[in-house]
Amino acid sequence: MSINDIQNEIIDEFSMFEDWEERYQYMIDLGKDLPLIEDQFKTDSNIIKGCQSKVWVHAELKDDKIFFTADSDAIITKGIIAILIRVFSNQRPKDIIESNTDFIEKIGLKEHLSPTRANGLVSMIKQLKMYAIAYQTQLN
Amino acid sequence: MFNVEDIRKDFPILSRQVNGKPLVYFDNAATSQTPQQVIDVIVDYYSNYNANIHRGVHALSQEATDKYEQARHIIQKHFNARFAHEIIFTSGTTHSINLVANGFSSILNKGDEIIVSALEHHSNIVPWQMLCERTGAILKVIPMNQEGELIMSEYDKLISNNTKLVFVNHISNALGTINPIEYIIEKAHQVGAAVLIDGAQACPHLKPDVQALDVDFYVASAHKMCGPTGEGMLYGKEAWLKKLPPYQGGGEMIAEVTFEKTTYAELPHKFEAGTPNICGGIAFGAAIDYMNAIGFDAISKYEHELLEYATQKLLEIEGLKIYGTSKNKTSVISFNLKGIHPYDVGTILDKMGIAVRTGHHCAQPIMDYYKIPGTVRASFAFYNTKTEIDSLVAAVKKARLMLS
Repeated sequence: MSINDIQNEIIDEFSMFEDWEERYQYMIDLGKDLPLIEDQFKTDSNIIKGCQSKVWVHAELKDDKIFFTADSDAIITKGIIAILIRVFSNQRPKDIIESNTDFIEKIGLKEHLSPTRANGLVSMIKQLKMYAIAYQTQLN
Repeated sequence: MFNVEDIRKDFPILSRQVNGKPLVYFDNAATSQTPQQVIDVIVDYYSNYNANIHRGVHALSQEATDKYEQARHIIQKHFNARFAHEIIFTSGTTHSINLVANGFSSILNKGDEIIVSALEHHSNIVPWQMLCERTGAILKVIPMNQEGELIMSEYDKLISNNTKLVFVNHISNALGTINPIEYIIEKAHQVGAAVLIDGAQACPHLKPDVQALDVDFYVASAHKMCGPTGEGMLYGKEAWLKKLPPYQGGGEMIAEVTFEKTTYAELPHKFEAGTPNICGGIAFGAAIDYMNAIGFDAISKYEHELLEYATQKLLEIEGLKIYGTSKNKTSVISFNLKGIHPYDVGTILDKMGIAVRTGHHCAQPIMDYYKIPGTVRASFAFYNTKTEIDSLVAAVKKARLMLS
């Protein structure tokens, strides 16, 4: 599935929620469900700085596609990561670089995009794109 | 007579909604809200007498200068300083601390010792570390105990003839502990060390008397006591302020300038280079007048009631732990829910219109001590109510249900 298709799928899912509570409960459940990263990658060098909660991100290139794994010590942040990974993992670096993240606003999580937000959603997306740029350079 | 419902009417922001819910503002330790009386002073300044001060001969400049200097007198009287020129206007506590730290860089020698406390805000750690790097002085730390109190017997051991400076906050921003500054000051003076007390968290709750404390430097921010942001003050004993070199060069702080030599202005102007936050200074004075009209005795009595009520109600929640349990504390409650990250709790509370602070509160060493990533901090002011505390308790319960 393309990044765009996945984003549209997520927008559809979120449109069924009636209020913030359902939205957040869904993200919390996502956060609870997923074992997101192998312990060996939960190192200090994989921590994204600038987050109030700790966020670890690891990336690997397989068959010209990037596979992301990540984790956080805060569950809502973990839920957000789960959504981001669903969108950006298993995609070609070029597609990740060219993608936009308008869907975050559309699923009612706009408040997490403000640079003052301590969960670092902005830094997270930046980090994912940095990996994509790095791997794209490798592929060229 | 203290009537919280009447007081709330002074604060327009308290009637707004957040995320469709009435705002419950419990982030007062970060910044306090502003009453209409202070907002009016700000509007009046820009509407009627905005001008640069201390140099114009025209009427507006005179008027602005008079109001600005009146504000200095209000602050002097409030803190009971001996002279008005012992009050230096700054952009806030951080600026005040840096001004003193910078001044001491020409006084300290290698091997001199500076003592800070384990309860400090980063703004009262970093400038001293920088000072130590510049001068070769050594930084020592008064440790804390589980209750979040400084251990005075350890302080006794740290203090020596090498101690030149002691820096402690009056009240901890992260835990609310009221520190025994009288004892700390007396001990430091016995070995001839100077003391700076960071009053940022104390001034919203009590009225310090700098002469009775015999403190050398006392600093505060206007925005934590119903005034505007970007404004604060440094109190320094006249002798110390005369001894310290100027912090910044520029207009206002000079007496005479030639290319060969500049002579500095008298106190307080020596430390007030450039055009100051004139409106901010005047509004700071108005904020102090506002709080004094309510009265600090009434304020601290009422806030203590809120603290006791909230402590009791929050502790009824299963798995809730409060950090900072000193008997001597102000209306600040730092807490965590067992197994739940403070950031998650803060996020859910925000969705319910409740403003708290989460994180390390710029006091990472305290969090390291408790081995936690941070806390949720609810801090109450005299305009908060028990009904609001009930909303907080209900919201924390809900967050716990959602998150566990």
